[in-house]
Amino acid sequence: MLAKRIIPCLDVTDGRVVKGVNFVELKDAGDPVEIARRYNEAGADELTFLDITATSDNRDLILHIIEAVASEVFIPLTVGGGVRAVADVQRLLNAGADKVGINTSAVLNPQLVKDAADRYGSQCIVVAIDSKRVGDHWEVFTHGGRTATGLDAVEWAKKMASLGAGELLLTSMDRDGTKSGFDLELTRAISDAVDIPIIASGGVGNLQHLVDGIREGHADAVLAASIFHFGEYGVDEAKRYMKQHGIEVRL
Amino acid sequence: MVDIAVVDYGMGNLRSVSKAIEHVAPAMTVVVTSDPKVIAEAGRVVFPGQGAAPDCMREIDARGLRQVIIDAAHSKPFLGICMGMQVLFDHSEEGDTPCLGVLPGTVQRFPHEAMIDAEGNKLKVPHMGWNNVHQTGPHPLWAGIEEGERFYFVHSYFVQPTLPDVIAGFSHYPFPFTCAVATANIFAVQFHPEKSQNAGMALLGNFVTWNPGEGEAACDMSGATCA
Repeated sequence: MLAKRIIPCLDVTDGRVVKGVNFVELKDAGDPVEIARRYNEAGADELTFLDITATSDNRDLILHIIEAVASEVFIPLTVGGGVRAVADVQRLLNAGADKVGINTSAVLNPQLVKDAADRYGSQCIVVAIDSKRVGDHWEVFTHGGRTATGLDAVEWAKKMASLGAGELLLTSMDRDGTKSGFDLELTRAISDAVDIPIIASGGVGNLQHLVDGIREGHADAVLAASIFHFGEYGVDEAKRYMKQHGIEVRL
Repeated sequence: MVDIAVVDYGMGNLRSVSKAIEHVAPAMTVVVTSDPKVIAEAGRVVFPGQGAAPDCMREIDARGLRQVIIDAAHSKPFLGICMGMQVLFDHSEEGDTPCLGVLPGTVQRFPHEAMIDAEGNKLKVPHMGWNNVHQTGPHPLWAGIEEGERFYFVHSYFVQPTLPDVIAGFSHYPFPFTCAVATANIFAVQFHPEKSQNAGMALLGNFVTWNPGEGEAACDMSGATCA
């Protein structure tokens, strides 16, 4: 039976892993290659790297990190952040990424998602959606959560799936860094609206939140950062907890 | 002569495949190539692939690789991965595409109406993630790999071999489907060993030392395709 996936997320800036609260207040969490190695040994099903480097000077650092990780960690690696053109997708794949996350650029230029999927296959195109509750629905935000788009998140998810996204990484900005659990209503609304897999992200504070994301949120995979980085829980511990709660996992 | 040629026909990222093979075969020469001569002379051939079947077949022909791939599949240790497994068969439903015809059978999409699990939940397509692989019997490439071990999959189509004898492994989503086939010198898998951590490295390690014919039945395929 297909296992639900646990994906530790490494936010990387200037060559270091960091973690913020509601997209700000960054805190250093360590060396990305070392952290990737540790999560691999603990049984992570995939790893996601988000390059949040602000200055273009240090953009190439992520390529060196991915090259180093890919030569010794043989599980799927997703890399996102700063992907603006098909050439950026190519550069990340060449460095050893298996999937590339597209976020802001998908909104500015939806054709990029189609072009990249046509060229490299849907399996390697992950569209990242940052979303916030606005009234009775959820709106898509870009530029690391700073810019409102006016787009409805559920409709946007359907459009991205139809353009060739192979998977959606859905982050609730209301919950990100708060440790209060995923926005289950948002996750479920989008997962039920599309046929492609959904990775739930934003807000994990304990292991029950991971279970809820799968059970209540209908997510196919759960992504978390700080609960793993700061040693509160191990990836292996999280998987055992999910298994005890009747969720199929790879142990 | 190179030990292992990874066939590059422009379909997706081959870096993961070559890195993983270099990892399990540090003393061997591994090249990623679209040169028919290098493929023809290589000791072993790995035939990966991502993307859509019509594009794959078009790119294979655009590079003049059709015959050298067919010849390699009939003559030397040959590992097909994902799309590299699917296009070995006669025909793919994806884009109504005639394929290489090395193995009798077809390639079909997971049917939308069947994608519901035992608890009534909708199953997503592509089939993406770690699933159990059940071995139909012993094979040198399964050596050291537990029955039911999980491998990483990402695909929307699966093969349906005409001859059940070639089926070496199957998985469930939600119905059983073939995820590994074997003939005298071919082993082909729907999952991605290069992304399947320890189990995947074990399978690739078995492939780089596999000597087909040693202590095995000669050929379990129909005579027409046995060299």
